[in-house]
Amino acid sequence: MRSDVVEPRRSSGRWLQWRRKSTPYLFLLPALLIFAIFMLYPIISSLWLSFHSQLNPETGLSLDNYRRLWNDRLFRKALINTVFLLLYQVPLQLSLAMILAVLLNSALVKFRGALRLVYFLPAITALFAVALIFRLLLDEERGLINYVIENLGFAPVHWMTDAWAAKFSLVMAITWRWTGYNMVIYLAGLQSIPYDLYEAAELDGADAFDRFTRITLPLMKPTILLTTVLSTIGTLQIFDEPFLLTRNGPANETLSMATLLYRTAFQTIEPNYASAIAYAMVLIIVVFSLIQFRVAQRGEDS
Amino acid sequence: MAVHESSRSAAKVQTRPVARRNLGRKFVLYTFLALGSFISLFPFYYMFVQASQPSSEVLRFPPHLWFGSAAWTNIVGLWNNGFGRAFLNSVIIAFVSAVLSVFIASMAGYAFAKFRFWGRSAIFGLFLLVLMVPYLVTAVPLYKMMASITLFSKDNWLSTYQAVILPALANPFGIFLMRQSMHSLPDDLLDAARIDGANEWRVFWNVALPTMRPTLAALGIYSFMFQWNSFFWPLIVMREKSMETLPVRINALVGMSIIDYGQLMMGTALTTLPIMMIFLFFQRQFISGALAGAVKG
Repeated sequence: MRSDVVEPRRSSGRWLQWRRKSTPYLFLLPALLIFAIFMLYPIISSLWLSFHSQLNPETGLSLDNYRRLWNDRLFRKALINTVFLLLYQVPLQLSLAMILAVLLNSALVKFRGALRLVYFLPAITALFAVALIFRLLLDEERGLINYVIENLGFAPVHWMTDAWAAKFSLVMAITWRWTGYNMVIYLAGLQSIPYDLYEAAELDGADAFDRFTRITLPLMKPTILLTTVLSTIGTLQIFDEPFLLTRNGPANETLSMATLLYRTAFQTIEPNYASAIAYAMVLIIVVFSLIQFRVAQRGEDS
Repeated sequence: MAVHESSRSAAKVQTRPVARRNLGRKFVLYTFLALGSFISLFPFYYMFVQASQPSSEVLRFPPHLWFGSAAWTNIVGLWNNGFGRAFLNSVIIAFVSAVLSVFIASMAGYAFAKFRFWGRSAIFGLFLLVLMVPYLVTAVPLYKMMASITLFSKDNWLSTYQAVILPALANPFGIFLMRQSMHSLPDDLLDAARIDGANEWRVFWNVALPTMRPTLAALGIYSFMFQWNSFFWPLIVMREKSMETLPVRINALVGMSIIDYGQLMMGTALTTLPIMMIFLFFQRQFISGALAGAVKG
């Protein structure tokens, strides 16, 4: 069909032929321009900056920033804090999302649409808004959560001044914000699993737990991997929550790599060093993603 | 889907003991789901309640759980703190970003899906690669860039709309989304228009685009929400008070020596409310946007 149309046009002149050939490039042009200027150039420029010493900018290409980064206690702290968040938050959030998705997918549930809406609502809320609402809820002296805790007869928790509690308040805020988002992804995955599989398993005497571990989990593996990678990448770049909810405190205990980068680039104004931090983050993100893909593959082999 | 539903309801019609067991299960199930809904919704309720309290009453012990009478006072206070302008800035930035990114992404997606050309997979691979790079990497050079461009501006591009809008358009996700749905467009339809004498632009604009409306809406809403909620980059680049977006303005309130919590929560509520309204009207597009965002091409 297509060639019938193209042939007569080709014969009708070089101009038309050239125009046909250039058409896709013209359609791509705006996107390419925007990308080259606002994405590709900054990515390369940042790499270039990171190899120019912050302290002696005149020395040309050097590994100075990376050497400094290697010994930087503050960066190490930010890295540990961020990975800590990751290790607690991602499994918690994803397993909650999976539980909710499985429950919602159950044949017994009515109002599935409305419930999905309710659970998804936090996922459309701005991160800064989440941070501020939780700051109010978690206020140490007069927050609602401590009020409830005290009325239940426990000692109030120092959500902002105790290192562990501050980390946990970040975990809570992030989990509240993202669980519904992942749940919607899981729900879509669950609905693509043929119902016959479950029926056959039930006839063979498999109970609900068996059906979940033998049918649901294996079939959902690609989706689980995807959400794990996405949440990992997101958490490694976390900025709004530590910046607004815990303000990096107490004593940098909730400083994240991204808030450290912001501080270095725009408060102490060390752009070259900040670029090195940024590229260290790229490296860490790549490593984490590769590990996850590896683990998933190994699981497939066995 | 329809098949699933019917087989499910068929499974429900069973003998008595099973029905009784289902009743117990249902109770546990609904209790859990109700608890989840409460946790999901309560922070919103609390935000609206506190937004209606005078500042002195927000952090009162025991905390208020019902609406106060200071909603209007807080709105007036916000207005005097430059919120009207910040709201306008946010609307302009989010709206223009949404329109432009739909436009750019649909053109690029169309080229990738409907043409074979030299360098196609290389360019597409480049976009894919960019998707892996964290947005933080671009912050320093972009800031330097905005501080040095003087084109179309009296001074430089710091604290301008274009400084926030343009970088956000470089979002490969939109291109993937459009490419994906343009694939389903039949070539015959486009060729028929070509035979009728339509030029390539009209084939795209009058034939291809109108069939893409649901995807265009999903991408537009996604882009709008992304810009409306974005905090990191506007915080860096909007240095003048008159150019701040809503999140940046609210952050400035948090930085004041005496924080007016009533105003703060009202500001947060007013920022959240428009997105909630759009969400309730366009849930389908929102959720398909979230799913597409997860699948990414």
